[in-house]
Amino acid sequence: MLKLKNIHKIFNYGRINENHALKDINLIVPKGDFVTIIGSNGAGKSTLLNLVAGTYFPESGTVEINGQDMTNWPVHKRAHLVGRVFQDPLKGTAAEMTIEENLSLAVKRGERRGLRLGLNKKRREEFQGLLALLELGLENRLEDPVKLLSGGQRQALTLLMATLGDPEILLLDEYTANLDPKTAVQILEITGRVVEQGKLTVLMVTHDLKQALEMGNRTIMMDQGRIILDLKGEEREKTTVNSLLEKFSEKSGRELTNDRMLLQR
Amino acid sequence: MWLNILQGTMEQGLIFGLLAMGVYLTFRILDFPDLTVEGSFPLGASVAAVLIINGTNPFLATFLAFLAGILAGMITGVINTKLKIAGLLAGILTMTSLYSINLRIMGRANIPLLRERTILTIIKGWGLPERYISLIAFAIIVLCIKFILDYFLHSEIGMALRATGDSPVMIESLGVNTDTIKILGLGLANGLTALSGALTCQYQGFADVGMGIGMIVIGLASVIIGEVVIRTSRIVYATLGVIVGSIIYRMAIAVALQLGFAPTDLKVVTAVLVILALGAPSLRRFMIQDEFAERLMEGGATDAEA
Repeated sequence: MLKLKNIHKIFNYGRINENHALKDINLIVPKGDFVTIIGSNGAGKSTLLNLVAGTYFPESGTVEINGQDMTNWPVHKRAHLVGRVFQDPLKGTAAEMTIEENLSLAVKRGERRGLRLGLNKKRREEFQGLLALLELGLENRLEDPVKLLSGGQRQALTLLMATLGDPEILLLDEYTANLDPKTAVQILEITGRVVEQGKLTVLMVTHDLKQALEMGNRTIMMDQGRIILDLKGEEREKTTVNSLLEKFSEKSGRELTNDRMLLQR
Repeated sequence: MWLNILQGTMEQGLIFGLLAMGVYLTFRILDFPDLTVEGSFPLGASVAAVLIINGTNPFLATFLAFLAGILAGMITGVINTKLKIAGLLAGILTMTSLYSINLRIMGRANIPLLRERTILTIIKGWGLPERYISLIAFAIIVLCIKFILDYFLHSEIGMALRATGDSPVMIESLGVNTDTIKILGLGLANGLTALSGALTCQYQGFADVGMGIGMIVIGLASVIIGEVVIRTSRIVYATLGVIVGSIIYRMAIAVALQLGFAPTDLKVVTAVLVILALGAPSLRRFMIQDEFAERLMEGGATDAEA
């Protein structure tokens, strides 16, 4: 379970370009919840994810995972609980290393790494099985360096890696934004499957309102550093993209704008 | 006479292969431009030389020189990761400090080892053909270290090290403290460099405080030549390439000397070599444009338009 309590995040605190990015955020995500997060540019969606990942630390408030306060833990220290897929497909994998080497880095998530060989026959077979689940043919390319893969293939591999080594929480930050529509759909399908399998708790930032309502079981809308809407259950099922847009202008008094959304419509 | 020169270049190439492996580790694997090398090379020589003239077993002295190099590299790593001082400057700071420290260790600028018991004189006692002792000894040492390094870079920690240079954000999100890994990698690289320095002083018969000048460029030249000769992304071949590159570099230097360059010219020759190699991709663009313009003039235009 993830618990954010009274979170404030302020960039450039005390300087002229001070930016109060998150204002008194309170959020409890029970284990197994799949939350989609939407909002305008600068609403604080990615900042929220970065706080959970440990890339940023809040100016006040606490971040708890499974009852453990990890507000000030750096990324590597909480990695055993948090898996992450980045918006940039190049960030989540090591390009010069092979597919199997990348996977072997991920299975040791949060564990002590020693002088044993990172790969052996058993691991390779295991990886082949896992890659086959992606249905991209990567299971026959274990020894290919990752730089030879397409953006979509790299993102699928990153997704697989982010769920290896038993994390509790999976963070997805507009991870299909840089992919072509067809590949994006494919990646979303794969996401559904791996999340189901790993019984993961998911926070997914997206700019696609349809996607936000279709994926997962809960949708959060953010605006100017605040959570302005938290949809779940029956109410969410009845919500359409249009009613979501209406709800936004109702709550914030403005139109929901986001560069990517504008381009999409 | 040519055979003698060839043998000499092979021997030097092998010893400097260790230095080149160190430079490969930092510049290529860790993506860290580490200049500590210029100080850790003479550090290795100083430590080994002082211990040897004071009667320490040469093997132990060489090993302790290796450890001293590791320590020097780790200091650069701490300056960079904990104090957030840029990598290039961190290396320069350690390198500069090491100049004073090396003088302190040696007590003077130069220590001759001519009549001392060194690794090479000990191996001579084992009954190997005297003429080839250095060549055989260095080949064995360098290949052993190459294989150990290959294994290490495929171990769990070693892979984390490669990923730290390749994709730091990713490896951190998988639970690796990249600061620790960088410190470890820099330590290892400078350990190899110091080992190279320790063997060099025993081979040439003296340690000198100025012997580190230009080492970074020599190491880089070897790495680059190796990459040209053996094009691969596989570690096993890449480390072999580095050693081969180091030997070829020595041969190129031997040729330059035969052509009449003074030994003091060699540093500029090496630097120009590195500039040309690293600048080649940028220069190539203009060459391709010129060539293509010619092709267009010769009536290949229809092809190009289609």
